[in-house]
Amino acid sequence: MATRTRREFLQIAGVGGVVFASGLLEGCSTPGRPAGAQDDFYFVQLSDIHWGYKGPANPEATVELPRAVELVNALPRAPDFVVFTGDLTHTTDDDQERRRRMAQFREHLGRLRVRQVRLMAGEHDASLDRGAAFQEMFGPLRYSFDHKGVHFVALDNVSDPKGILGDAQIDWLSRDLKALAKEKPIVVFTHRPLFDLKPDWDWATADGSRAIDVLHPYPHVTVFYGHIHQEHHFRTGEIAHHAATSLIFPLPAPMSQPKRTPLPWDPAHPRRGLGFREIFVDESRLALTLRQDSLEGAGASQPAAASGG
Amino acid sequence: MRAHWMLAPLLALLLVATNADVAAQERVIQVTAERFKFTPGVIELKVGVPVVLELTTLDRKHGFQVPDLKIDEVIEPGKITRVRIVPDKAATYDFHCTVFCGSGHEEMAGQIVVSP
Repeated sequence: MATRTRREFLQIAGVGGVVFASGLLEGCSTPGRPAGAQDDFYFVQLSDIHWGYKGPANPEATVELPRAVELVNALPRAPDFVVFTGDLTHTTDDDQERRRRMAQFREHLGRLRVRQVRLMAGEHDASLDRGAAFQEMFGPLRYSFDHKGVHFVALDNVSDPKGILGDAQIDWLSRDLKALAKEKPIVVFTHRPLFDLKPDWDWATADGSRAIDVLHPYPHVTVFYGHIHQEHHFRTGEIAHHAATSLIFPLPAPMSQPKRTPLPWDPAHPRRGLGFREIFVDESRLALTLRQDSLEGAGASQPAAASGG
Repeated sequence: MRAHWMLAPLLALLLVATNADVAAQERVIQVTAERFKFTPGVIELKVGVPVVLELTTLDRKHGFQVPDLKIDEVIEPGKITRVRIVPDKAATYDFHCTVFCGSGHEEMAGQIVVSP
């Protein structure tokens, strides 16, 4: 499996400036890779795998997850952890089939050579049964943990079919953050965006602003989410929100077409728009560098223009 | 005081009658929801003409949200959800289902088209 991939990266310098760049990078000699100070660490975000999907938007749907696992395993050094920000499986009305897809997904995870895997649900995993199968197979829908000086929070805005966080979870978030010093770096994982990116495409969380209000007093908050199957970068006040690409099919940019239908599959570039993200955290814990890894081989594509919001 | 007590029911009756008259003049549009479509998919309205949408579902719970009109309703099985709209300008408004209902939910959407 080729490890040479098209990569884009951006650096968030503290809470102020944002620097975007892109380049064609190869293996561990990648220009732009953070220097690797002894106290640095990094993690990988994968999202929207939709295991079990069958349709024209990706006729080779079963290829992408194994390929992503191989690419993560081929990274120059293993990430501290990998997080999947939801839609691990494609939805089904059949409870048994849902569990079967989750079991198959878990088998692929077993091939990941990383220390830890953190899983989150998307609406395809959890909305039809309010997260019952997900919790049975993978564990809680919301949780928090600390890793090397950073507080991580995984929020559930999918198991309620209305796509909300709900009062109980907002209270839980408030309590979870209460003990933290205001300067503590916080990383939040969600599936849907917490802000109104495009509500008429369901790219929003109806009560997401309440979570943002709870996070607002903390000056070092970064949110990583999925759901929209493309990179997107946005700020609400000092909080940065970064959407990830998917491992199944890209969706259109907001306002770029009337309907939210997937971009047509291109047999010449079957993996265009698919990929995952590396997030490097420097020793201060306040500077994050994001790098996008494409599933598409470098020989088949050109470096993408940098983008940001 | 006694006179007020006698007038109150009369006033209430008048108000009900007035509301009933207004309601009688308003156009009612039946909108059904089912996985994964709304019928009709395009709702045509006129500027300044009030309508009441009567939303029902043929299968399960669905949502009906029109973000630009600040409408956000849930359609429960066996119930009629009524939404009154008085369009004030010619425009097209997108609506969609907000209650995840399965593979195809993402395509469950429609438009309200308001003409002059």
